[in-house]
Amino acid sequence: MAYRHTVNGTTYVFPDMRTLLARATPPRSGDSLAGVAAASASERVAAQLALADLPLTAILNQPVIPYEQDDVTRLILDSHDHAAFAPVAHLTVGGLRDWLLAEADGAALAVLRPGITPEMAAAVSKIMRLQDLVAVAAKCRVTTAFRDTLGLPGRMAVRLQPNHPVDDPRGVAASTLDGLLLGAGDAVIGVNPATDSIEGTTTLLRMLDELRARYDIPTQTCVLAHVTTSLRCMERGAPVDLVFQSIGGTEAVNRSFGVTLPLLAEARQAALALKRGTVGDNVMYFETGQGSALSADAHHGVDQQTIEARAYAVARAFAPLLVNTVVGFIGPEYLYDGKQIIRAGLEDHFCGKLLGLPMGVDVCYTNHAEADQDDMDALLTLLGVAGVTYIMGVPGADDVMLSYQSTSFHDALYVRGVLGLRPAPEFEAWMERMGLHGTAPPERIPARLSPALVGLD
Amino acid sequence: MAETLALWRDLRRFTPARVALGRVGNGQPTAAHLAFQAAHAAARDAVHAELDLDALAEALAEAGLPSRCVRSACPDRHTYLLRPDLGRRLHDADRAALAAQPAPGTIAFVVCDGLSATAAQRHAAPLLARLLPALGPGPVVLARQGRVALGDDIGEAMGAEAVAVLIGERPGLSTPDSLGVYLTWQPRRGRSDAERNCISNIRPEGLPIANAAAKLTWLIREMRRLRLTGVALKDEQPMLPPGAAAQDRSISVVST
Repeated sequence: MAYRHTVNGTTYVFPDMRTLLARATPPRSGDSLAGVAAASASERVAAQLALADLPLTAILNQPVIPYEQDDVTRLILDSHDHAAFAPVAHLTVGGLRDWLLAEADGAALAVLRPGITPEMAAAVSKIMRLQDLVAVAAKCRVTTAFRDTLGLPGRMAVRLQPNHPVDDPRGVAASTLDGLLLGAGDAVIGVNPATDSIEGTTTLLRMLDELRARYDIPTQTCVLAHVTTSLRCMERGAPVDLVFQSIGGTEAVNRSFGVTLPLLAEARQAALALKRGTVGDNVMYFETGQGSALSADAHHGVDQQTIEARAYAVARAFAPLLVNTVVGFIGPEYLYDGKQIIRAGLEDHFCGKLLGLPMGVDVCYTNHAEADQDDMDALLTLLGVAGVTYIMGVPGADDVMLSYQSTSFHDALYVRGVLGLRPAPEFEAWMERMGLHGTAPPERIPARLSPALVGLD
Repeated sequence: MAETLALWRDLRRFTPARVALGRVGNGQPTAAHLAFQAAHAAARDAVHAELDLDALAEALAEAGLPSRCVRSACPDRHTYLLRPDLGRRLHDADRAALAAQPAPGTIAFVVCDGLSATAAQRHAAPLLARLLPALGPGPVVLARQGRVALGDDIGEAMGAEAVAVLIGERPGLSTPDSLGVYLTWQPRRGRSDAERNCISNIRPEGLPIANAAAKLTWLIREMRRLRLTGVALKDEQPMLPPGAAAQDRSISVVST
């Protein structure tokens, strides 16, 4: 059905739900590239006004991608919990925004999760300012665990990302030790492999597992290889804590990543069977990012932020330990500048948290985007206030394998420092045992973290 | 050795990553902070530099290689960054001009700025000059605001047997001038990246010109023997660039 609204003397008509959502989306280059963006500021606000009046039940009844055509739509609708939806079932999108800001507390938001669909979360985010996205996300609490506990109040974790241009194990170990000395690694020690092979991945898995055991760190390790590679590695007995996979919000984009929902379920079962977690059994790690569906020509005319929120429905079906959007990695044709990256990062974090995910954000940019360290500081600080579950930690913010800039170990120290946030409790206790709680680390590496213990001699 | 390595800064010898930067409060020391800013500035300048076509044509002429210039459908850098589709398309007038002087059966060499004009400016002419003894001269086309697939349009218009696109890669902080070469058999619009072979990271500190030329010469011979490029032309010579696995990171690293 068509939607219309008159603003500033002009009546705008939106022929269907996906068009309404796309036109209501705050500006970003990817939606312009896809040809779905509003043509003017007035058209955009008309769509936002029409969207605000839309009952949430209308969103439930009109999937943006047909049920018959897409297994993500089927997952969303088949798993929708009507009882959990009941407290907000009578509301419009605008009414939901008001309810989230005024009435919902952490307990109510936790109950609501299975009743909210990704399209509802995306819709309400489109009529929210940055402060709204921060305020509501800060009320959401999502806790997960494997060898330590993530998402507790007053805590912010860091994924230690010790990438190396050619996967040299000693290079990876050196960056890992650097990060540990600066308090990073409680979310995961996770390497993006330069080469996705079973042999190379197994080498890194064994090296990381040995390092973790030698230093006796209460954390988990991960090699971010393709899910099929991780499955083969597990079959061969490699020490896999977490199974990683990039995912998207349509069946077609997932196919372009070489994954299906049954494949993800199979990998999760394989990792659960290893029983490697000590304080929890969340064994999956997912990455997402606005624009991936468009770049794979798998977007069905739906705006990139709504598709991104649908990826979270895929993620939550597998009870992940960690989910993060790689918000600025994709490039300026999808998110042009710091302003667009900042907005998208906060939208993704809000939608993920509302849907019940342990949401982290890779606060990042590429050198062809109109962004710099100041933009990252702004997004990082906003996310810290919003209660982000974890961020990345890369030596000096410069990923020498993936050639982009993320947050540094120092950035994590900064945001923990100014907001009084602490590492995961088990990891924090380990840091104290290692003598790493000071703010002025010595030139000399503490003996208990001797580099020789991990092959650096 | 084990006793001596206990200083934080000793970690630096194991990785090019920015480890052991020190710490002032929770921040990076001034020197580390400004070194990062300088590297970012070099990368930004490489992205926005304009390819000096005259200088490039002159360098090629000195090596005995005549060249001609074409345009993509992108009028400027801003459009180029926002509209990858236009950077893949040849300007209509230039398509007609190329078609008027076809070069059937040849390998067309296309030099374009991509995301680092600095890389194309520095490394393209020396690389092509190195290829001459083994391959002989082929038509050389220079293009501004071009992406990899622009070579498909150019090769198709010329009726070339294959096209090799020499293009500036997306700059990293420590790699503002990295050149890539993409080889495509029977180029035509709509070819996918799976139908190409790539040599990446060509720069003095990465894959040096001489090694890149040897690799490309080998690749071109194999392409001609098998009459194809792409995944089927992969064997003992490792062709995938470092970071190719990063394809799995939601998005491709190389903006093609």
